[in-house]
Amino acid sequence: MSELATNLRVVWALGMRSIRQTFRRPQLMAPIVVFPTILLAIQTGGAGGAVNLPGFPPVQSFLQFMLAGAMMQSLMLAGNSGGIALAVDIEMGFTDRLFAAPISRYTIVLGRLAGTAALGLFAALWFLAIGLVFGAHIEGGVPGALLAIALVTATAMAVGGIGAAIALRTGSASVVQGLFPLVLVVLFLSSAFFPVELMIEPAQTIAEYNPLSFVVEGVREPIISGINASDTADALLAIAGIVVLGLVLSARALRHRLRVG
Amino acid sequence: MEATAAIPAWRANLATIGALMSRAKNELLRVPGAAIPGVLAPTIFFLGLNGVFGALTQLRGFSTGSYESFIVPISMLQGAGFTGAAAGVNLARDIEQGWLDRLLVSPAPRWVLLAGTVLSASARSLIPATFVLAIALLLGAGWPGIDGLLVTYFMVAAMAAVAACWGSMLALRFKSQSAAPLMQAGMMALILTTTAYAPLALLQGWLQDIARINPVTQVVEAARQGFVGEVSWAETWPGLLALAGLLAILGALALREMRRTAA
Repeated sequence: MSELATNLRVVWALGMRSIRQTFRRPQLMAPIVVFPTILLAIQTGGAGGAVNLPGFPPVQSFLQFMLAGAMMQSLMLAGNSGGIALAVDIEMGFTDRLFAAPISRYTIVLGRLAGTAALGLFAALWFLAIGLVFGAHIEGGVPGALLAIALVTATAMAVGGIGAAIALRTGSASVVQGLFPLVLVVLFLSSAFFPVELMIEPAQTIAEYNPLSFVVEGVREPIISGINASDTADALLAIAGIVVLGLVLSARALRHRLRVG
Repeated sequence: MEATAAIPAWRANLATIGALMSRAKNELLRVPGAAIPGVLAPTIFFLGLNGVFGALTQLRGFSTGSYESFIVPISMLQGAGFTGAAAGVNLARDIEQGWLDRLLVSPAPRWVLLAGTVLSASARSLIPATFVLAIALLLGAGWPGIDGLLVTYFMVAAMAAVAACWGSMLALRFKSQSAAPLMQAGMMALILTTTAYAPLALLQGWLQDIARINPVTQVVEAARQGFVGEVSWAETWPGLLALAGLLAILGALALREMRRTAA
C-alpha cells in the first residue's frame, strides 16, 4: 500500500473516532448543536424586530439573516470541542501511543481536523434544515446552499487547526476549555449576529476587521441574496489566512509536543 | 455522670446547612478559578449583546433608550442560572465520588442536605451579579436606586436557588456530570424565553406567546424595573409569586429525587 493511501486510512480512522467521540458525549455535542439552536430560536424571536431598523440589509426574515451566525457559532464551538478532545487524548496517553506508531505525525492532527470538518458539515446541514423547516428561503438556490456548506466545512477545519495547536502546545483540556469564553468574544465582535453598520462602537470597528466577519458574509450572501463573487473571494481569503495560522501554530506545537513528550 | 442535653432539631439542621455552605465557600476560596466561568460568561454576554443589539432601542415601543440598562438584569439573572447549574454539576461530582452517599447515611433530613446546596448557590450568585453590575454601571447603565437594587439582588439570589433545585434534580436523577449541558441549557432557555432581548410587544409571535406564560418573565420584569423606571409593588409581587412557585415545584422534585437516591 502506498504511503499516501496509508496516511489517508489513518486520517479516516482518526476522523471517524473523533466524530463518534463527539456524538457519544453530550458535553461535547451540546455546545455544537443544542446551545446554538436555542440561541438561534431566542435571538430570532427576541430581536426579530431589528429587520425594521433603518440600514438593515433587505432580508426575507431575521431567521434567514441569523442562519450564518448560528453556523459560525456551531463551527467555532466544534473547533473548541475538537481541541478539548485532543487535549484529553494527550492527558490520557492515547496520543503518545499514536506517536509511537509507524504513521506520519501530521496524520494524527489531520485526523482530528477531518472530524472537526465533518462536524462543521453537520452544523451547516442542521441549520440549513432548520431554516428551511421554519420558512427561510435560500436565495442562492442549491448552488448557494452548497457554497455555504463548503465554506462552513472549510472554516470548521481551519478553526479546528487553532484549537489543535493550543491542545498540542498545552496538553491540558482545562486550558482549551478555558478558551470557550474567548470563542464567544470573537463571535460577538463579528457580524455573526447583526449587520456591522448597526453595531455599537467599539464592537463595530472591531467587527469590520475581524476575519470571521468576512467568512460570515461569504456564508450569509448565498442565503439572503444569492452568490456574490466578491464576498465569496473575501471569505476564501479569510479562511486561507486562518488555515495558514492554524498550520503554522499546529506544526510548531507538534514539534514542541514531540520534544517534551 | 451528667447526661448531655440533646441539641434541638432546628439547631442541628441549621448547623448542617451552615457546614454545607461553608464547604461550598471553602471550595470557592481554595479554587478561585472555579468561579471565573460563572463570572466571565454573563459578562461576555452582557458586553456582546449590548454591542450587537444596542440599536434595538431605536425601535418604537422600547421602554428605555439605554440597552445597557435594559439588558443588565438579564445578565445578572444569567449569572444566577449558571451558578445554580454549576451547583448541580458539583452535586453530580459528589455523587460520582461517593460523598453524597456518606451524607445520606447521616441523620440529617434530606431537605437540609438540599437546602445546603441551594443556599450556597444563592450566596454564590451574588458574585457574578455584582461583577456584571459594576461593568454595566461603568458603561453607563442607569442607577436603579437602593430599592431597585435590593429587588434585583433578591430576584438574582432566588433565581439561583431555582436553578440549583433544577440542577440538583437532574444530578440526582442522572448521577453523572454528563448531565451538565441539560442543566445549563434548561436554565438558559427558561431565562431567555422571556422579555430578555426586547419588550413583550416587540417579540416575534411564538416567543411572545411563550414569554407571556413563562413565569420567569415576571422575575425579569421585577428585576429590571429599577433600571428602566420606578420600583413598584405592582411590578414586584408577580416576580415573587413566580419564584415561590418555581421553588416549590422544582424543590419538591429535587427532594423526591434525593429520597429516591437514598432508598
